[in-house]
Amino acid sequence: MLQLDHLTLATDGFRLTANLTVPTGARTAIIGPSGAGKSTLLNAIAGFLEPQSGRILWNGQDITDTDPGQRPATILFQDQNLFPHLTIERNLALGLAPDGSLTPAIRAKVAKALHRTGLDGLAQRKPAELSGGQQGRAALARALLRARPLLLLDEPFAALGPALKQEMLALVAEVATETGATVLMVTHDPQDARSFAPLTLLVAEGKAHPPQDTAKLFANPPQALADYLGR
Amino acid sequence: MASRARPLTPAWGAALAAALLGAMTLGTVAAVALHAGTARPGPADWSALRFTLLQAGLSALLSTALAIPVARALARRRFPGRALLITLMGAPFLLPVIVAILGLLAIFGRSGTLNDILTALHLPPISPYGLHGVLLAHVFLNLPLATRMLLQGWQSIPSERFRLARSLALTPAACFQHLEAPMLRATLPGAFLTIFTLCLASFATALTLGGGPAATTVELAIYQALRFDFAPDRAATLALIQFALTTAALLAGWALIRDTGFGAGLGRPPELPAPKGWRKATDATAITLAAAFLLLPLAALIARGLPGLTDLPQGLIGATARSLAIALASTALTTTAALTLALATARRAPAHRLFDAAATFPLAASSLVIGTGLFLTLRPFAQPSDLAIPVTIATNATLALPYAYRLLAPQARALHADYAKLTASLALTPAAKLRLITLPQLARPLGFGAGITAALSMGDLGVITLFAGQTNATLPLYIHSLMGSYRMEQAAAASLLLLALSFALFALFDGIGRRHAPA
Repeated sequence: MLQLDHLTLATDGFRLTANLTVPTGARTAIIGPSGAGKSTLLNAIAGFLEPQSGRILWNGQDITDTDPGQRPATILFQDQNLFPHLTIERNLALGLAPDGSLTPAIRAKVAKALHRTGLDGLAQRKPAELSGGQQGRAALARALLRARPLLLLDEPFAALGPALKQEMLALVAEVATETGATVLMVTHDPQDARSFAPLTLLVAEGKAHPPQDTAKLFANPPQALADYLGR
Repeated sequence: MASRARPLTPAWGAALAAALLGAMTLGTVAAVALHAGTARPGPADWSALRFTLLQAGLSALLSTALAIPVARALARRRFPGRALLITLMGAPFLLPVIVAILGLLAIFGRSGTLNDILTALHLPPISPYGLHGVLLAHVFLNLPLATRMLLQGWQSIPSERFRLARSLALTPAACFQHLEAPMLRATLPGAFLTIFTLCLASFATALTLGGGPAATTVELAIYQALRFDFAPDRAATLALIQFALTTAALLAGWALIRDTGFGAGLGRPPELPAPKGWRKATDATAITLAAAFLLLPLAALIARGLPGLTDLPQGLIGATARSLAIALASTALTTTAALTLALATARRAPAHRLFDAAATFPLAASSLVIGTGLFLTLRPFAQPSDLAIPVTIATNATLALPYAYRLLAPQARALHADYAKLTASLALTPAAKLRLITLPQLARPLGFGAGITAALSMGDLGVITLFAGQTNATLPLYIHSLMGSYRMEQAAAASLLLLALSFALFALFDGIGRRHAPA
């Protein structure tokens, strides 16, 4: 269970509070107007932003002061999820061995993850030689290898077309099921939330609201969400 | 307290590098200031100051003024060999000053080509020594730099402006007034100040072509006070004057003189109108004269030096080995320090502004000021000649650092902005980060910076003159002593060796960087 305990995030002229829990294994969409702080919230959970006050807990353990790489989380950014000068194999191996080693055992695991994500035969390619969808798959393959209990998605598929995005979300669901991960996904597209996330967490007007049932939330949206949806 | 990016860990390596740089620049000035109290500047010192300002001002003025027609011609004409000529214009920055001077002497010297022609025509010979000799060398060394800086200015004018000018059928004069003159107003002060600052610290040129009461720079006066008059207090006073000069120049143009004019793609298709008729002839003349002025001295040096290569003097091997060792050691120091500082400023570590200042400040330092400070500080502990090599390594490393740092800083910032989060989220170990991410991503500027450092250090004739004894000269100093004993053929041959080694070192490091850079 992810718990944001009286969390306050503040940067210049910006403030966001959150006091909520996300159940283990849930797939939750984070939705809200742009500039409301969706990415800021995700960055704080990932450890890139120090909160002004409050705590972040995973299964009761305080991780507020833990370094990003030591947190029980994998994050996929909007872009720059792969080092452009390293092969796909190297990029994935870094998820298993932060010291950069590339042993036969590691290579075998990488090959398996590539197979699992439909990237057979691309191990020695550089990211630029892959399509946008394939790059997304490679980043997900590394998430699969890291198998952290929290998977944080900061709109990594925003640049893909609708069909490709649905395909990637299906793959995310598979990876999450396999690793038992709790998924938090920032999106600005209500359709993503409906199709992928049983729960939705609304970020609006300086507050991150506790996750609610997605279908119910959209059926009867609060004013801030209704404004955002244009209804 | 506001939320912010994760608490930043102190950058101890960068702090050490900045402290060492501070000791080499401000520390040596402090040592100099402690000794300067007893000696008031005399008439000779004031005359050295006047000459320094005069020659630097005239050198900068001539170099930038002559660069205008050359850069304009290069900007609007396309001809075979243009790219090569522009590349060669980057080379004088790496050309050892002593080599340039020997090349100029091969043309303009007492027994040079020009005087041979004048004698044949029964005209009086000209002398390359004194103010005009110093100016000749400074224009030779800095005209290419000014040309490249102005050429960048011309190419930075958006091509849409020229298209608009064409569609309005502006006359060449109107085009110049509205498009080119504003660019020149923006570019010329920076070019002037850069060259002025470089010439303020001119030592090797003044040492070989200047001298005497009429043509002594402050740097040369420091050398004479320490080496010939054994007057450390006077040297200290002069060093303070020199420090004040360069610092004032640097502060005057802090923003303007940082760009030294390398890099930048200079190969875009021409958008400038290339008028026909007499203007074409003028452009051709400007380019031909500039190319001849830059290439003939080197050609004459090669012609003079090649026969001497079979008859190289005894001490040459030792001097060459010492110079190579100094170049490699200062390259290792500078590259490590520049990388450490650039990475720390890129991630905005605590005190990063101080690191940036420490990496820029050596631009205001001069070889002889640092040398005087070290001489005065170390004299109680050891013989100067025993310290010649380590002192030269440390000084060369300090003076080259701003260039290596400026090359690295923007790319280190980009690397941090793009991949710091990913690196942190994967918890890469420091060794893996260095080996797999930092070094490959920064290979290009690292190699280029190391190449510049090695070439500058190889060709340097500065602080070594204060410390060297009979037996530990570097190659440039050795060439200088050959010139002093009028063995010009051997000096020319040895300077060919120096030229080849300087550019070989540059090509070696730059090549390593290119090979390891991501495609």
